[in-house]
Amino acid sequence: MAKVLVVTSGKGGVGKTTTTAALGAALAQAGKSVAVVDFDVGLRNLDLVMGAERRVVYDLINVVNGDAKLNQALIRDKRLEKLHLLPASQTRDKDALTDEGVARVMDELREKFDWVICDSPAGIERGATLAMRHADVAVVVTNPEVSSVRDSDRIIGLLDSKTLKAERGETMEKHLILTRYDPARADRGDMLKIEDVLEILSIPLLAIIPESMEVLRASNVGCPVTLNNPLCAPARAYTDAVRRLNGDAVPMSVPTDKKSFLDKLFTRRAA
Amino acid sequence: MSLLNMFNRRGSAPVARDRLQLILAHERAGVGGSDLVMVLREEILAVIAKHVEVNSDKVQIRLDRGQDMSTLDIDIELPLTAVAKAGPAKVKAAKLAAA
Ligand SMILES: Nc1ncnc2c1ncn2[C@@H]1O[C@H](COP(=O)(O)OP(=O)(O)OP(=O)(O)O)[C@@H](O)[C@H]1O
Ligand SMILES: [Mg+2]
Repeated sequence: MAKVLVVTSGKGGVGKTTTTAALGAALAQAGKSVAVVDFDVGLRNLDLVMGAERRVVYDLINVVNGDAKLNQALIRDKRLEKLHLLPASQTRDKDALTDEGVARVMDELREKFDWVICDSPAGIERGATLAMRHADVAVVVTNPEVSSVRDSDRIIGLLDSKTLKAERGETMEKHLILTRYDPARADRGDMLKIEDVLEILSIPLLAIIPESMEVLRASNVGCPVTLNNPLCAPARAYTDAVRRLNGDAVPMSVPTDKKSFLDKLFTRRAA
Repeated sequence: MSLLNMFNRRGSAPVARDRLQLILAHERAGVGGSDLVMVLREEILAVIAKHVEVNSDKVQIRLDRGQDMSTLDIDIELPLTAVAKAGPAKVKAAKLAAA
């Protein structure tokens, strides 16, 4: 029986899709069977970030409507055989997703995998609430920046009211991933402090992901960052997040990439 | 920038450009349901369904969209009854020049 995890944020462009791909790959790298599901109907991107865009045959809406079997729509990752993608539709809109259809597909996914990770669209409308509806665990992705934190607070409210878990009177397990964290800006005091964000949102911290070129590189080549360069700082941060999700006590840190002499020379010049 | 990257100046951006050009060409062609690969997928399945009742669990479709050529790989396990005495058979199709 899978655990269903939703990656959500409210605000757009904060790093949900990046996080979905990285967590999914890291879980598969740890030996779990994983399905990542793209709920961003009409604006699918998870296929691109995972490097599977050329191989999409069917999508979530096809499966929800019964035009295709789940098996036919799942795309197996070429590098990690335990990692699978269920893409979003690019041409239809979210109203083609019925509540019952989504429930049936989620039940089927639950039986097949250890983890089902749902990538949420931005916003607080139906697309976002559908993505979170069946979740057992939520990862709230936040940037250390005022509007992102405010939107995360809205999303936490929805997680506690609009999900099946909430409706059954259970509490949703929620975790915060603080991403695009820039230690240099934090040192200058121009970025919201981690403690402050945690105090405002009052949900436990799962990981701090540093701002890194490696994230851009990974998405350029279509490979989750934990797989593309497992030793880079953001990959290590995501890998630690997965170990914590699996119950390991891993001390919290902000991984950094050691800068070479040349790197330092170049940043100094650029500054 | 590490020493290695200094020698590998082109970085990952050209890969991103190539991937985007390829997938956007296919997506633009697909507007209005004229994507040849998708049309073939539907029609091949319809033709087979006309002759035999196939369990859609036994139909695997793989696709790889390429620059000059796409591959559509339809793998159908036909039930024993449909293939007379020949035993279960597999039908495979088709390599396509790109639409
Ligand atoms: N740790 C990071 N360091 C640098 N860039 C990052 C990091 N995380 C995400 N990004 C970049 O931020 C941009 C948005 O990321 P992503 O697409 O994952 O966000 P999203 O929340 O899924 O967006 P949307 O709401 O539109 O679905 C991308 O260009 C991505 O490469
Ligand atoms: Mg996204």
